[in-house]
Amino acid sequence: MKIVLFLLSILLALQTQAQEIPMADEMRANGKIYVVVAVLGVILLGLIIYLISLDRKIKKLEEETEK
Amino acid sequence: MRYWWKALAVLLLFYTLIGGFLIEVPRQVILYESIRNLYFHVPMWFSMIFLFLLSTIYSIKNLSSGSLEDDRKAIELVNVGIIFGVLGTITGSIWAKFTWGAWWTNDVKLNGSAITMLIYLAYLVLRGSLDDEQKRARISAVYNIFAFVLLIVFIGILPRMTDSLHPGNGGNPGFNNYDLDNNMKLVFYPAVVAWILLALWMANLRLRISRLKENLSS
Repeated sequence: MKIVLFLLSILLALQTQAQEIPMADEMRANGKIYVVVAVLGVILLGLIIYLISLDRKIKKLEEETEK
Repeated sequence: MRYWWKALAVLLLFYTLIGGFLIEVPRQVILYESIRNLYFHVPMWFSMIFLFLLSTIYSIKNLSSGSLEDDRKAIELVNVGIIFGVLGTITGSIWAKFTWGAWWTNDVKLNGSAITMLIYLAYLVLRGSLDDEQKRARISAVYNIFAFVLLIVFIGILPRMTDSLHPGNGGNPGFNNYDLDNNMKLVFYPAVVAWILLALWMANLRLRISRLKENLSS
């Protein structure tokens, strides 16, 4: 019986700890995390477009040198 | 479709970004939301190791074929691999500051990765010091194979043999043990593929520029 109570108390302690662990819940609730996603999305998009344009420039040069 | 893998890289990168920030993650003390760094910091190293491994394969091929094309592939893969290694070091340092409390600790994993970076920087120095193309290809290929063996020792083996703060080393469980739940796997594995494909794309561009230079000079 004592062991069961002991285990139960540990379980309870773990549970309350889990609830107390702060995460960015509020930020998510306010929807502001989407702002970060959007900003990083723009950066990533910009970098990828830059990479694609580089790829195209190199391709043109390759075609020119092949002639 | 010759460009399918580049398109896949773009797709998976955006998936990593959106899923990486918005999908639920396990609640852990100390780590908190920074657990999401797993999708960004770890793939930097995986990409670096993957590129270095490919480079080693081309170095071995170069030794048997003597082809300068294999040598070109080996060097450009290392060039891009180093970029990813530097990014891995910086992101790891930031993460360490806010979880371990210091920008840098004398941890075996950290020092091991620093030594590895220096070994690969020395590869570039070695190449720069040799003028003859064939000789440069051969000597640097031997060094490159040696370098990858050291990478395995310094990043893969030594940190696992002593105490280390870094997850996955010295009795310290990695994220794959219990932290990496199914939600995280859903983002982590595609993220690894995404970053590796991006790294390969960058190496591909460098390789083509290098070929163009070769064509111009000949």
